[in-house]
Amino acid sequence: MSPIVKLTDVHKYFGTYKVLEGVTFEVPRGGVAAIIGQSGSGKSTALRCINALEAIQGGTIDVCGHAIQDPELNRRALRCDVGMVFQSYNLFPHLTVEQNIMLAPTCVKLMRKPQARDLAHQVLAQVGLAEKAEHYPEQLSGGQQQRVAIARSLAMKPKLMLFDEVTSALDPQLTGEVLKVMEELARGGMTMILVTHEMAFARKVASQVIYMHKGTVWETGSGTMLDSPRTAELRSFVNNGL
Amino acid sequence: MTTSAFSIVHFEFLCWAALWTIGLSAIALVGGSLLGFVIALARISSNKSLRWASSLYIQLVQGTPLLVLLFLLYYGIAVFVGPTIPSIVAAGAGLTIYASGFLAEIWRGCIEAVPKSQWEAAECLALRRSQRMVHVILPQALRIATPPTVGFVVQVVKNTSLASVIGFIELAQAGKLINNSIFEPFTVFVVVAAIYFGICFPLSAWSRTLERTLNVADR
Ligand SMILES: Nc1ncnc2c1ncn2[C@@H]1O[C@H](COP(=O)(O)OP(=O)(O)O)[C@@H](O)[C@H]1O
Ligand SMILES: [Mg+2]
Repeated sequence: MSPIVKLTDVHKYFGTYKVLEGVTFEVPRGGVAAIIGQSGSGKSTALRCINALEAIQGGTIDVCGHAIQDPELNRRALRCDVGMVFQSYNLFPHLTVEQNIMLAPTCVKLMRKPQARDLAHQVLAQVGLAEKAEHYPEQLSGGQQQRVAIARSLAMKPKLMLFDEVTSALDPQLTGEVLKVMEELARGGMTMILVTHEMAFARKVASQVIYMHKGTVWETGSGTMLDSPRTAELRSFVNNGL
Repeated sequence: MTTSAFSIVHFEFLCWAALWTIGLSAIALVGGSLLGFVIALARISSNKSLRWASSLYIQLVQGTPLLVLLFLLYYGIAVFVGPTIPSIVAAGAGLTIYASGFLAEIWRGCIEAVPKSQWEAAECLALRRSQRMVHVILPQALRIATPPTVGFVVQVVKNTSLASVIGFIELAQAGKLINNSIFEPFTVFVVVAAIYFGICFPLSAWSRTLERTLNVADR
């Protein structure tokens, strides 16, 4: 089966500072890739490059048939295929939960309001927040806000979901409720790439673990790779991380 | 010259002049808002020459005393178009330009005060730039912009008094004319000040209400 995401020898600089140094990996349809690694190893940057939020200076990235390195890239078509969730939720504070979710379907897909509202309630139910439709983001807990952010992405029916440390700002209990939603998504067949510090989650849910170190894919394999690291770097990362 | 006490006739004259103050302020604010909004957008545009041109405009307007701007429009333009233009036109244009230069900069700041992550979240939802602006950024910028905008409006109301230098009779000038005839500066200018206060205070009060309403919407 052809991969949904394929990075080939990706190089990325911030000025003269090299952040990605020949990153190569691919994720098949329905795959769940967990990117782990020390802070500053380029995990977020890799994710942002996949969604064309950052330009790359070398290599190629193919995402659902979109060539990210192409200067003619249709960004809006790309973003219709890719959902992204951030550590800081980034909900729109002036809109209710429901309006947050309805915005993109009505603006981008020209869906009518009633249909968009039905859709909003449907994705809210999916993340267990059906009763919060009329609330404003700041009336919700961090975990609830993050689930709304996931629902907002899901409303665009993406083929790929990107998660950048979405539980890092949450306490353990709230982390659990967000991870549960992500696990259900994975079980439902969603292709996902997630940057995470939750080793247990990576081990359990990920079909593929990518350990990044100094801007490269240092070691990659299935979840069991975390139990028997080949490289000294991953071994020390796993030991210190657990 | 007969000297009489401050009377109802004088008060009526002041009220009539106050209408000109309000009218001139309204012209300046409507014109200045429209022009200022366009310039604020140009200031944050992705087009480099637009950014440069709008920045130059703002620097020029902010660096020119309003008094000089009014002289320039009233006497300077007359050099080219022959007879002097009506003072209301010169005053309206001068205050419009003045307001646009300041409002553009205030609003640019408010738009840029909305976190980058909001732009990015909207971008990730496939909204085009104009949609991000209209649905995500401007509503948040509006809330931030209310207090400084109203503060500036109050400045504009007070600065309309400068239009007297090109022969425009508004509240302050009317006070001066009355005082010239009755020599009761204290009475006259206390009344003038009270009328200015009567115009500006409701603005500030309205701003506070608006801020509260907008904050509720953001709850
Ligand atoms: N916008 C940026 N400009 C300059 N340097 C950046 C920028 N974003 C990230 N970096 C740098 O790139 C490196 C990798 O960052 P990042 O991808 O965020 O790492 P990670 O997510 O693995 O912690 C870090 O050294 C970081 O300081
Ligand atoms: Mg990161």
